[in-house]
Formats: sequence, C-alpha cells, structure tokens
Amino acid sequence: MRAGGRLVVIGAGLAGLRAVETARREGHTGELVLLGAEERAPYDRPPLSKAALAPGAAEPVPFRTAEELRDDLGVDLRLGVEATGLDTAAREVLVRDERLAYDALVVASGARPRPVPGDHLRGVTHLRTADDAAVVRRALDAGARTVVVGAGFIGSEVASAARARGLEVTVVEAADVPLQRSLGPEVGRLVTRLHRDAGVDLRLGSGVAGLTEVAGHVRGLTLEDGTHLAADLVVLGVGVAPATGWLEGSGVDLHLLDRGVVCDDTLATSAPGVWAAGDVAHAPHPLVGGDLLRVEHWTSAAEQGAAAARHALDPASAEPLAPVPYVWSDLFGHRLQVVGTSVADGVVVLDADDGGVSGTAALWHRGEQVVGALVVDRPRVVMKLRRRIADAGSFDEALHAARELLGRAGT
Amino acid sequence: MRVVADRDTCEGLGMCEAMSELFEVGDDGYVVVHDEQPPESARADVRAAVDACPVLALRLEG
Repeated sequence: MRAGGRLVVIGAGLAGLRAVETARREGHTGELVLLGAEERAPYDRPPLSKAALAPGAAEPVPFRTAEELRDDLGVDLRLGVEATGLDTAAREVLVRDERLAYDALVVASGARPRPVPGDHLRGVTHLRTADDAAVVRRALDAGARTVVVGAGFIGSEVASAARARGLEVTVVEAADVPLQRSLGPEVGRLVTRLHRDAGVDLRLGSGVAGLTEVAGHVRGLTLEDGTHLAADLVVLGVGVAPATGWLEGSGVDLHLLDRGVVCDDTLATSAPGVWAAGDVAHAPHPLVGGDLLRVEHWTSAAEQGAAAARHALDPASAEPLAPVPYVWSDLFGHRLQVVGTSVADGVVVLDADDGGVSGTAALWHRGEQVVGALVVDRPRVVMKLRRRIADAGSFDEALHAARELLGRAGT
Repeated sequence: MRVVADRDTCEGLGMCEAMSELFEVGDDGYVVVHDEQPPESARADVRAAVDACPVLALRLEG
C-alpha cells in the first residue's frame, strides 16, 4: 500500500482491533478507519459465556476505549455502523449511501448467530454480544427456568453458569453427544459425563419442533418427539455464520457452504488490496492437509488480525500464516483446552487414573502425525503438546510425551 | 526490558508459552516467567507473548 494511504478495517472485534493496533505499530501514518456494527468499543467475547453470566458480573471493559482508539492510535472509529457493500474495482466500501475509499482493506466482520424461528421472542436469545450476555445474566438472576438449545461450547458454558447458581437447566442437542462437531464422539462422551454429573438435564439426539409463546414472551419449547419443556429463558447456541452479506457479488470469493471469505495462506482474498481475518476467514491450513479452515477462536482472531494488517500495508512481506487453533472452555468446574484439529484419522483417549474426567487427555492423528490434543484440568501439559502439533511431530512420540506429562509413564 | 506477569489475572491459558520459551505454565496453573529481565534479542517473542495473552496478564516495561 502506498505510504500515507488509507487502511480501512471492517469489524471492531478482536481481529479488527489487532489490525489497527498493528498498523500503527508497523509505522502506518496514513488514515486508519475502523467500522464496528455494535455501539461498543472492541471488547473481549470469551467471558460472555463464562464470568459475565455470574451473579453481579460487570459490563465488559473494552480493550481500549473509543477515546483511546481515537486519541492514542489516531483511529477514525465509527461505531454502530455496518458496511453494506463493496466495490472492489473502485476500491470503495459502501456504507448505505456513503462510499468510503480504501487503499487497503481488512475484512474482519466476524460471524453472526444463525437465525432460528422464534428467536425474536422475549426470553429467547443467542449469545454473541455483551447485550446478549446481559439478557442471560438478568434472567438467571431472576431464577429463570432455562433451556439451552445446542451443546457446543457456548451452550455448554451457559448450562455450567446456570448450574453454578444452583438453577435447573435443560440442554437440547440434536447430535448424540455434546461438542460433536468440535471434538467428535469419543471426547463428546466425556462432555456428556460432565453435564450429567453436574445435574444438567441433557436431551441428546433431540430436535426442537418449535417455541411456544404468550404475548411475545417465550413459555417453552416443544421437541420433535412431542415433549414440552417449560422455559422462561431459552438460550440458542446453534452456531454462527460469517457476516458477509455485504460482500456478495463484490468479486471477493466466498465459500460455497458458509459464505466465509476464501483467503490464501497469507490471508489475501481474491480481490486486490483486500485481506481477511478472524471468524470470517477461510485459509488453507497444513494441519488439515492444506484444506480451507475457518476458525472461530480468540487466538486465531488475534493472530490473523495482526497479520492481515501487516500484509495489507506491505504485501511484498506477506508470509504464510498457520496458527495452531486453540480454544479453552470452563465447564462445571473443569477446564478443557483443545489445540490443533479434531478433523483427523483417529483419536486416542488417555483416561485419568481414577476414572474421573479431570486429567483425561485425547490426541488426534492424521497418518503418523499428531494434529490435535485435548486436556482436562492439566494446564501445564497443553502447550507442550501444541508445540509438537505445530512441528508436525510424530503421533507415537506425542502419545508417549503426553503420558509422561500426565504422570502415566508405563501405561 | 522487564516482563511483568500479574498472577491475579493469569488463568494459565498458556499462549505466552506458545510464543516464547521464557514462559511456562506451572503445575499450579499459573505462568512462570523464567527470566523477568530477558535479553534484548528476546523482545519480538516477548512482545508476541504479551499480545497473545487472552486475559491481558502480561506487561512489557522498557
């Protein structure tokens, strides 16, 4: 990008924040525009389904306030504003009637909850934003009878928050185990134990037929088998889809299945001067044999946001980027940490000595290579396994190392 | 250059350990900083570790 040009970043989540911070750190002196759909300055999302649901939790503190972004980083910050289109030939972002010219563009518009019939009702919410978290927290404060739809990370954490308050909670999941899509059936069975040991009414293999309401307020939901569950609060944890409607027809290639932005391994999109980062971005990853991988984790957003800005400013310096995916979850007093991928040829579960869930680990492999690992309540172990995954290490050696790290040598 | 880890904030998530061998998560689940005054040559890695911390528990001074 020419010196003194204008870098525009769409999306004021973590990836967008890291993009503007990095741009200034790398010496960008030109204009720097950051658009955010929410009215809030960038804030941290992982706590929204964890600490933010506890009694008396405060509103999220932004990473940097709007004033700090404007005064300290010289960001032209526009909050409560969404891009509505993109003209790649003219190099202009459309914001309703306005055209915002760019020399380079970082797309970090993130993802939005997939719509569900009835999600407009009072007492029904997705959990994506700080406002959503406040809705859930207030309902839990009021002792809501809670039903969670979807036993992924978000849904499972909401159930955990409800049980931590001693509230009854039902989780409805279409798959046979929780977290099946993220972790597969073997590890999912472990998570089933966590839910049931904590007293969650977990309904597996259950689809939702519809919600019931009175005067616009949810009263419960009906499962496909006809069961009716009364509820004051229904939290939808059914996944997100990339927020890329504004890119349709722009010339930026979008993924056939989920409409995420297709990038190369440097996060360049198919349009000149346009880069992508975070939840929105598909990039080829060596852990899955060079296939496209779209990761919704905090660490990927942070690393990709910084890299996309560096590459946008100086495309000649762009280098392939393949951060090892990493996600953690706090469930029912346990910490799960997952590195790498579970899209693999197979998995070996290392059971804890006492048969409990704490101390369990699992390792995934593709051929002879270790590609993923999960550990429960063993924080010292996970990054040592991550290193082996990053180095495309041997699965047998990783298994041996994991047993040693877990104090299970000789097993 | 001085690295400061806030143990009250640290959750032992370990991203710093992924970025630099200066850091390691201990058995108690908190970060151990092996050298709080690392050589200048470690600056880029330490910077990456500070930026990578999901709970902003690390600070780089000087």
